[in-house]
Amino acid sequence: MAKSTVTLDEVTIRFAGDSGDGMQLTGTQFTNTAAVFGNDLSTLPDYPAEIRAPAGTTYGVSGFQIKFGSLDVLTPGDTCDVLVAMNPAALVTNVKMLRENGTIIVNEDSFTDRNFKMAGIATNPLEDGSLARFQVYKVPISKMTANAIADMNLSTKFIDKTKNFFALGLMYWMYNRPLDQSVRFIQEKFAKDPQVIEANIRVLKAGFNYGDTVEIFTTRYEVKPAKLPPGKYRNIMGNTATALGLVAASKKSGLDLFLGSYPITPASDILHELSKMKEYGVKTFQAEDEIAAICAAIGASYAGDLAATTTSGPGMALKTEAMGLAIMLELPLVIVDVQRGGPSTGLPTKTEQADLLQAVVGRNGEAPLCVLAASTPADCFDAAYEAARIAIKYMTPVICLTDGYVANGAEPWLIPRADDLPAIPVKFEKDPATFKPYARDEKTLSRPWAIPGTPGLQHRIGGLEKAHITGNISYDPDNHDFMIKVRAAKIDGIANDIPLQRIEGDPEGEVLVVGWGGTYGAIKSAVAEARAKGHSVSHAHVKYLNPFPRNLGEILYKFKHVLVPEINNGQLIKLLRAKYLVPAIGFNVIKGLPLRSEDIESKIESFFGGNHPGGNNA
Amino acid sequence: MPETVAKDQTTPVKLTIKDFQSDQDVRWCPGCGDYSILAQVQRVLPDLPHKKEDYVVVSGIGCSSRFPYYVDTYGIHGIHGRATAIASGVKIANPKLNVWVATGDGDGLSIGGNHMIHMLRRNLNIKVALFNNEIYGLTKGQYSPTSRIGQITKSTPTGVIDNPFVPVSLALGANATFVARSMDRDPKHLQEMVRRADKHQGSAFLEIYQNCNVFNDGAFFTWTEKDSRDTTVVYLEHGKPLVFGKQKEKGIRLNGFTPEVVNTTEGKYSVNDLLVHNEQDSTLAFILANMIHDPELPRAMGVFLAIDRTPYEELVQQQIAKAKAKKGEGDLQKLLDGDETWVIQ
Repeated sequence: MAKSTVTLDEVTIRFAGDSGDGMQLTGTQFTNTAAVFGNDLSTLPDYPAEIRAPAGTTYGVSGFQIKFGSLDVLTPGDTCDVLVAMNPAALVTNVKMLRENGTIIVNEDSFTDRNFKMAGIATNPLEDGSLARFQVYKVPISKMTANAIADMNLSTKFIDKTKNFFALGLMYWMYNRPLDQSVRFIQEKFAKDPQVIEANIRVLKAGFNYGDTVEIFTTRYEVKPAKLPPGKYRNIMGNTATALGLVAASKKSGLDLFLGSYPITPASDILHELSKMKEYGVKTFQAEDEIAAICAAIGASYAGDLAATTTSGPGMALKTEAMGLAIMLELPLVIVDVQRGGPSTGLPTKTEQADLLQAVVGRNGEAPLCVLAASTPADCFDAAYEAARIAIKYMTPVICLTDGYVANGAEPWLIPRADDLPAIPVKFEKDPATFKPYARDEKTLSRPWAIPGTPGLQHRIGGLEKAHITGNISYDPDNHDFMIKVRAAKIDGIANDIPLQRIEGDPEGEVLVVGWGGTYGAIKSAVAEARAKGHSVSHAHVKYLNPFPRNLGEILYKFKHVLVPEINNGQLIKLLRAKYLVPAIGFNVIKGLPLRSEDIESKIESFFGGNHPGGNNA
Repeated sequence: MPETVAKDQTTPVKLTIKDFQSDQDVRWCPGCGDYSILAQVQRVLPDLPHKKEDYVVVSGIGCSSRFPYYVDTYGIHGIHGRATAIASGVKIANPKLNVWVATGDGDGLSIGGNHMIHMLRRNLNIKVALFNNEIYGLTKGQYSPTSRIGQITKSTPTGVIDNPFVPVSLALGANATFVARSMDRDPKHLQEMVRRADKHQGSAFLEIYQNCNVFNDGAFFTWTEKDSRDTTVVYLEHGKPLVFGKQKEKGIRLNGFTPEVVNTTEGKYSVNDLLVHNEQDSTLAFILANMIHDPELPRAMGVFLAIDRTPYEELVQQQIAKAKAKKGEGDLQKLLDGDETWVIQ
């Protein structure tokens, strides 16, 4: 039977299975192949905090969503077109993500009474009519996998672990993808075990051939490469981009990179990445706790390294006192907070934007520092690099906010040329005749960086209030008032050193949607949809959260309404209201998931539909 | 001596005590034991084989933690309990620096206990002087993790009920490579211990009995006063028997694993029956540390343990050097490019 090929602009696939089924690996493989093929893409890993929850249960389901296309792909998709479900639990927990008439591919071998019981369902969803709205393909994935490698004398457990490659091969067939990228991956990953290589490749090909041979699949799809700006690309995840940004800043500043860190989800991958980069002179220090991690970074900064610490919300809370010390010592330090659901332990593997106020104001005393945020996985590189540049130039800690979504998501990245990255000049003080520990540069208000080992510059710094110029301990009331204000002025002055706020859309109009961080893609596509319908809507995405860009106020005043969508209960909106006195309206959905652009768009519509748009909820 | 000699032997100019006195007024209470500790350290530093600009003194919070302000070196007065963590970063960033930590029983063993044990197990080449006064002085007289059971303090009007830490035992338990004890009132011994700590290549933990004459006056007088310490203290010397007493007539003998006091002038025991100190024997170090629990036994002073283990920051450098030798000096463009790229025309 001849199979037809249909060309699509974009497709969203969601792989779902047990947390032991290798869905993250399957999704990542599909992603890398799509990236190398030249599609634009965006991904959303969605996995439980438990490493191996009991097999077959709904709370053990791990998912990976990828949207890839020949057009500008801004989000991993509000809904998916195709759901690959490896067991009943994966099906019932993920089917709500599937669009009307979407495609379901299930491993029918896993649809057993036992698994229905584990998934807490009374009837077989493949037979009870509950999936009538979808196209369901029942594929005996387990059986076919076992057949493909039956002659290799492998354990049942091993065969079971290999079946994700069958699903991957089938999807490669369905979307006309080459297998070579994944074949290479298998060869490298299992280089020590030729039998494992052979088994995995056979299963991958079996999945591909199954699509080609069996008559149930009549159509293949083609998604052409995207028309991205010319240049050299790679696929990159947010946490990797953060790590690269820090190393790039280290190389461009000529300072060794010191990372003090303590493992915490979802930030640990930055530590993992950097610990592999020793040939770049990177020193990674896995400390005994979050506090030691930042304190060691402060010590390394004092001694002249480019120092960073990486963490997530609960770790940020623990680092708070030490951030105050870094502010008082006026030493460069990059603090990366990969935000996750809070408060307390919260939702460790889910995304949220609820650490903004903690970052901007969450310290004892008047303790201002610079805060900026990454908006996409690739933007993590720029944000980390910029954080380092500002930290060094202004002798201050800088907080770089990312979140679980951008940290674990991936997208194609137009690789920068190392030579073109902005310079990061470093000046260590050398002259004992003129050195004063707390004398300030007239322009930046930063104090000199005098590192131990420099003859004649011996000096003591500490957390007690410093006397202006000398840095000696001072309890003088006027000095304290002066120092508080000069530290604030130093941070405020950074506004003169950052780009003006950009606006996407018209510079004035009815509604301005103001966002920050990982909601960039969702807001951008919502605004694009609304504009296509003729609405007067623009988008400003704020990267610099403290200080704000100089022109942010003017921009806000040029719109009748300001809408602030956030994955928190209203934090940027508080800062905007406080600073600019604008009656901004929030849109706050805090489900541990990225905002859906569809929901943002309907909120935008409410400004034009006559209903009053007040209220902060979806 | 088990340690290797410190590496940097060049001292271009002869330093004096004045080089290590800062321009800040010392603000401890008159009569505080801290004055003696500061004086002994300032006396020793000029003779050590390091450049003045390579010293960094790091502290946390407490009376002892004011120490960095009074020595004219590089220094950080940090936050409560975190001195060892801050110092770790300094040392890893620049292993050539000679890093000291000044801390106390509250700063180093209570709020900073975690950082202390982890620094010791890693064996960073950092010297810790822990001023033990068995009380919180700066906050005006609450009990500390070394205060004794029953001690009446501001926060224990009916007596301490927490069992105290023995700092030396804690350091040994954390696998420290150098553990010693000294006191504020024996300048010569304290100077010698500072020298020994400096010479050690690795973490050195030096507990110093320090009298807080305001909130816990006389806590250590049994062992620190000139007229009593001959009979209450046994000074540890590597390779020598444990002898004490006004006429050196007493000694420590091991009865199984239990130390006991014997008299070597009464015929039953001679000096040959006495325990001979071995700084490289960690089992012995624990036995000596545990003598504190038996009021019949003298208090041990000196080096309990001094063993060789490669310092952490050296291992960091070795791994970096190995990676560079294997992969070459990291090329930034190569790193940015990654393994798999594609070009869009």
